[in-house]
Amino acid sequence: MNALRNILMRREAGIFVMIVLFCLAVGIAKPQFLTTNSLRIILLLVPLIMIGAMGQMLVLVARHVDLSIGSILGLSAMVTGMMFRYHPEIWWPLGFAVSIGTGALLGLFNGTLVTVFKLPSIIVTLGTLNLFRGLTYIISNAKQIDRQYVPSALKAMSQTSPIFGIPWIIIIAFSVALATYYFVMHTRVGRQIYALGSNPVAAPLRGIDVTRVTLLVFTISGALSGLAGIMYASRWGFVNPSNTGAGFEFQVIAAVVIGGVSINGGVGTVLGTVLGVLLLGCLSSALPLLGIPGTTQNAIYGSVIIIALIIDRTVRRQGIASIARRQA
Amino acid sequence: MNALGTTEPRMTSAPKPVRSGWQTALIRPETMTFVLLIIGVIGASMLSPFFLDINYILRSFTLSAEIAIVALVLTMVIIAGEIDLSAASNMALSACLFAFAQQAGLPMPLAIGVGLLAGLAMGGFNALMVVGLQLPSIIVTIGTLIAYRGLAQVIAGDKSIRVPDWFIGINNQMILGIPLPVILFVLIAIVLGLVLSATIYGRQIYQVGTNETAARHAGIRSKRIKVGLFLLLGLVSAIAGLMTASRLGSVRYDIALGGELQMVLMAMLGGTYIFGGRGSILGTFLAAWLLVIVSTGMTVANLLPAIQLTVLGILLIVAIIATNFIYSRAQR
Amino acid sequence: MKNKIILAMAATFALGSTAAMAQDPTQIVYIGKNTGNPYFDSISGGFEDACAALNCEYQFVAPATAEATSQIPLIEAQIQRGVEVIAIAPNSPDALNQVLDSAKAQGILVLTVNGDLVGNESHRDATILPVDFTKTGPNQVELMGSMIGYKGEIAILSATTEAPDQNTWIAAMNDTLANDAKYKDMKLVATVYGDDQPEKSTTEMEALLANYPDLVGVIAPTTVGIAAAAQVVQSRGIADKVHVTGLGLPSEMRDFVKDGTVSAFQLWSPYNEGWLAVHFATGVLDGSIKNEVGATFEVPNLGTIKIDDLNAMNTQAELTTFDVNNIDEFDF
Repeated sequence: MNALRNILMRREAGIFVMIVLFCLAVGIAKPQFLTTNSLRIILLLVPLIMIGAMGQMLVLVARHVDLSIGSILGLSAMVTGMMFRYHPEIWWPLGFAVSIGTGALLGLFNGTLVTVFKLPSIIVTLGTLNLFRGLTYIISNAKQIDRQYVPSALKAMSQTSPIFGIPWIIIIAFSVALATYYFVMHTRVGRQIYALGSNPVAAPLRGIDVTRVTLLVFTISGALSGLAGIMYASRWGFVNPSNTGAGFEFQVIAAVVIGGVSINGGVGTVLGTVLGVLLLGCLSSALPLLGIPGTTQNAIYGSVIIIALIIDRTVRRQGIASIARRQA
Repeated sequence: MNALGTTEPRMTSAPKPVRSGWQTALIRPETMTFVLLIIGVIGASMLSPFFLDINYILRSFTLSAEIAIVALVLTMVIIAGEIDLSAASNMALSACLFAFAQQAGLPMPLAIGVGLLAGLAMGGFNALMVVGLQLPSIIVTIGTLIAYRGLAQVIAGDKSIRVPDWFIGINNQMILGIPLPVILFVLIAIVLGLVLSATIYGRQIYQVGTNETAARHAGIRSKRIKVGLFLLLGLVSAIAGLMTASRLGSVRYDIALGGELQMVLMAMLGGTYIFGGRGSILGTFLAAWLLVIVSTGMTVANLLPAIQLTVLGILLIVAIIATNFIYSRAQR
Repeated sequence: MKNKIILAMAATFALGSTAAMAQDPTQIVYIGKNTGNPYFDSISGGFEDACAALNCEYQFVAPATAEATSQIPLIEAQIQRGVEVIAIAPNSPDALNQVLDSAKAQGILVLTVNGDLVGNESHRDATILPVDFTKTGPNQVELMGSMIGYKGEIAILSATTEAPDQNTWIAAMNDTLANDAKYKDMKLVATVYGDDQPEKSTTEMEALLANYPDLVGVIAPTTVGIAAAAQVVQSRGIADKVHVTGLGLPSEMRDFVKDGTVSAFQLWSPYNEGWLAVHFATGVLDGSIKNEVGATFEVPNLGTIKIDDLNAMNTQAELTTFDVNNIDEFDF
């Protein structure tokens, strides 16, 4: 047990150290990076990815993958946006229910295809990625929801709040992370997800209802993507059928992988994922500050993912090797 | 009850006949792809009177021929139990390096060599990460997909790099009225199909994909096979990148952007099993045609991208359900 | 006998005229940069109304994404459909060369609308530009100057690094700032690129504000950029310190103008581009307009249009300025 905890401690500590070193390095080159304003910018970049990453983490831990989260984000945002536009008389906070509900339904659709038809989730979500994006175009008639239709109160949630002036969306994102932590550590279902992911064959023998748990993780992932959808409208002020959510899945997967979640299931922590998201946020905000042209940014993101993987594998190897040595 | 008090086993009916040769030959994913292809052709002709023109269809195929050729090799990688999502970015980076080299003054054969070598190197890097360091191929190649594309952006910026005039127009070269890229696609499909189905090497690929540990215990050099496949994919991606450069007349960093999705789509629609061990070149071959027919049919009918995306999404889901169904029946 | 001949002539004449009236209406297609882009929906509106007035058939198509090659299958499809006029807002200056050449070879009139194939003009018949591009830069600098009292640090937030339109305007802006004594106290401290993506434009804007604390103005000559910049200023409540202006769509900027975040911005009328394009195309096809440099012709609502060098036409000469007084008059 001790050895196991050592590995975990090492992993999250590793990411934390990387973040600190990176910020210091950038801060030396550009002192503005270490101001509260800069912190604000970083924190504003991450809420959507944070929310999506919590969902994706659960899916990955269950040994599945959800590539359609970007399209779920887009479709939920569009449905909510159209409600704002064509029914402005509706009390706007209901938009949250609409967005989360739409996302949950779409996630449930994914989950159903995976469980009922026993299809590999990577292919299913590849298909629904296209399907949901297509539906987004169809219901919006390929027109975007302009800024004047998004309620100002919703947009203000990305600017400020009565709680130390920290924008609401940041508070929401961290609350979701906290809730996920509680869910994973202190509920039976949460722990069943980990059990299912580490050994899907043994899971039914341990009394885990595989179908129910799988449906649950996909529905949660969808619901959280739906939440990210209305957050998109809040943060950027509009909804566009082509852009909203495009590429989201890659950013989220990058953050989650950097945070130490294993593609093989069963491994991953909320803390690690949060740190992974923060590292990505620091990276994203530092690059324009450092004047690195947009053309190089992608090369850097890709390299970071690979480096994170290599570090991860090295750490695990060492960790596993040290267990082996201890048992020898 | 007989004398001992035990129950006599009932006489069951005559044992079920073994499935006939016909059934085995027909109930396969490739048949499903073929049926979808026919439906696609009929549907597209009904959507638009402009569709059923063989020259137009062949010309439209050349727009995807490069991706289709790479998809054939990707199928083999998937059958071996891995995946490589970086092939499209490989195409772009190889093409950019080639164009950059020839623009910097290197003679053409040398520049082409640079491009091919680059493709090989990228495939080699993937192999190192996946086989050498034992990292999961899906994440590694997502990383390299982003990195290679990014490097292409660094080299070419947002600009196009021209290629010399005599190099342009591979898609206009016709043999017997069929564009050259299509002929290349068919030839490569035949060669790879034979390798996969009729050689020991091909058989070993299936075995490695089905159960790598068992394969290794049976003496198959799985690592060598996988490395070889990644290298081949890298090389073929580079060739495809050069073909694209010839077709477009210039090279940009965003060549084949999103191509990885198309390639995987072709492999999946052709009945390749994502976890390895099952699939065929014939399936991917038919699926490439299916994809082109469906896309072209919708485009020439001026259908909105909205509808096209939705149709593709549904197509993939239907194909995968059918493939799963067929595989599970085939095991009875 | 005479009656019979007259009868026959009358019959032929009648037949001839009905045949002429039954002639297929001209088919015009406009290919936008991508779908879901309100700017091109605007231009398309102009096309649609003009075609309704001039009795031609019009369709608008666009690819799902704005990469350089995404329009190629669409162009091939339109050639296949046998349209007479292809109008396009090109995603790349040269990737479309080959396919546009084959369109021209079929006798199709190729127009670029809203932006040109810089350096590759021979591959299209004429171009319709929204405004005299040489005046755009100076117009914007003047508007910016008037908002900041002609002194202070300013920055430019542009689209992609290679966007030919933006680069033309930025070069002219630099020229004006350097050479016109009126602006000698205004200093351009940075030019950043938001890639026409709202997210990137927002982070670039925030980086500008962090890097240059004394910044008093930002010119964003792109509708995506100006909306993003205005959003940032509005969120932070710093409209009286940092003035945002540029090229924007009234529909997107209305909110910002009304609450004082942006006092004024400029654009032209994309709708008019479509209107002009149809009138020009039908005129060329029926012979009433000659597609030659120096020629002029009349267009209802737009007045006299002159064809300039490289067969370019400007829909209007100067930019239109929008502010709180006139913003409600426009609905695009």
